[in-house]
Amino acid sequence: MNIFDDPKRITVVTGHFGSGKTEFALNYALFLAESGKEVMMIDFDIVNPYYRTKDAEKYLNSRGIEVIAPEFANSNIETPTLPPEILRAFADKSKYIVFDVGGDEDGATPLGVYYEYFKREDYNMFFVLNERRMLTRDVEGAYEIYSEILRVSRLRFTGIVNNTHLMGFTDRDVVAAGERLAEEFSEKVGLPVVCTCVSRAALEKIGGIDNSKSKIFPISLFVGPGFENKAN
Amino acid sequence: MAKVLMKGNEALAEAAMRCGCRFFFGYPITPQTELAAYMAKMMQKNGGTFLQAESEVAAINMVYGAAGAGARVMTSSSSPGISLKQEGISYIAGADLPCLIVNIVRGGPGLGGIQPAQSDYFQATKGGGHGDYHLLVFAPSSVQELADMTSRAFDKADEYRMPAMIMGDGMLGQMMEPVEFKDFVDPASLPEKPWATTGTGMKRKKNIINSLYLTPEELEYLCVEREKRYDKIRATEALCEEIDTEDADIIIAAYGTIARVAMSAVQEARAKGIKAGLIRPITLWPFPTEAFAKRAETAKCFLSVEMSMGQMVEDVRLSVNGKKPVYFYGRTGGMVPEQDAIVAEIEKCLKNS
Repeated sequence: MNIFDDPKRITVVTGHFGSGKTEFALNYALFLAESGKEVMMIDFDIVNPYYRTKDAEKYLNSRGIEVIAPEFANSNIETPTLPPEILRAFADKSKYIVFDVGGDEDGATPLGVYYEYFKREDYNMFFVLNERRMLTRDVEGAYEIYSEILRVSRLRFTGIVNNTHLMGFTDRDVVAAGERLAEEFSEKVGLPVVCTCVSRAALEKIGGIDNSKSKIFPISLFVGPGFENKAN
Repeated sequence: MAKVLMKGNEALAEAAMRCGCRFFFGYPITPQTELAAYMAKMMQKNGGTFLQAESEVAAINMVYGAAGAGARVMTSSSSPGISLKQEGISYIAGADLPCLIVNIVRGGPGLGGIQPAQSDYFQATKGGGHGDYHLLVFAPSSVQELADMTSRAFDKADEYRMPAMIMGDGMLGQMMEPVEFKDFVDPASLPEKPWATTGTGMKRKKNIINSLYLTPEELEYLCVEREKRYDKIRATEALCEEIDTEDADIIIAAYGTIARVAMSAVQEARAKGIKAGLIRPITLWPFPTEAFAKRAETAKCFLSVEMSMGQMVEDVRLSVNGKKPVYFYGRTGGMVPEQDAIVAEIEKCLKNS
């Protein structure tokens, strides 16, 4: 499966919270926009209070990407609600849609609401995996979360996104360990590893990766507190 | 163990279980909920008890009970929830019991908002509940420090028989960073608590956990004795980090995540030729008074940067003791001070001094 040359109109990004779903989803949406598609991103996260797709809205808009987010996202209250505009994702077939879903089964639960819509169209649903997250360090841990998401979303997975990283500490060994787990997990669930994400900063530090079995997807980072000296 | 990537909230929960905490009583509230959720998932696997109480008031009183029985126990919440716990905290302090209370601070007063804040400094360091008491208050600024501070907070609480608090803001709870954990400690290997209500076994006199005293003489005596312990803590347990303070004309005081923004501002100021430095209190009670008093001799002025309307600045002023001007810059309500604004403030303070 080549998600870059042959993307599906609808992409659903799920996984364990903190695995980097949002960073992958943002980068994938930007990739689609750069390859000439009209793209709509849906901040489908009703779990995470901050550090979400909505944070990058201005930048996404500047790249021609429309963002639909919960009405109160990034406000001072938290309401687990999703806006009715989401239905446009299914109605307006001219657009490519990326759903950035909240973490774990709690975040994936509202997908079930749209079951009747998803049923009518082919889509990709990815499980984002980070080998350095405490609860998904092995196949067993990852499978527990994968199964829960599968159960509540009532959708089917089509691929695994390996997003193993350790922020500034990402090195060759971290990436390699992630690839090993992604492959093992791929065998367990019978789905392909559609890509391995590596941040541009880490790629520069490592000096490129040429022995990867899956496609390397270089990503830029958009969400987080950003404490580093901005004058540099 | 190898480094893993965790949210601050998760890292605190993992660190607590690793240093022998087997009891968690709490109630979910944003932006702290991942801590309770992680406990719910993992505490039972580690042989402990997680209980979602019917309210914050119930949770803190469960902590009171478990602490009295000698358990390593904790609760966590965010600002409005911590306000609800104050009565219980005062009772725990009055009964001289160790426990850990975590406050992942959000905007206030009232229901406030879910965005990060530091406006619970007064509550944490100046009482909060009623009576003559203090909490040990730790203010980590990274996920790693949050994890390391957790075992220290439990150990110091045990050592001094008093509640400890870890205070982080919503950013620290929500952000992800690489973190390395220490190995699991067997709770049975922790120092004994001969005062705990563990059953006499018909071998010793009854231990009594209480905060009610029938005569004022007795209550006064206990408060005075407790104050002696507090004095020892003031003299020996204050922690802070000093960066570029030796030759600094202006010293920024900032704690927690804001110290990291302030650090970037100090670097930018230095690049502009301004001699700026940073004192980052790591314990908020006891406050690192000495570090500030020492620099009051050499610096021209001080600037406290906080996510509040000005709370820690009072302790900076007490420490500087009128020797140099102490200025304040803060954002509140969930807004975060930005590097540019802090640099501008540094320039303004130096002009005024």
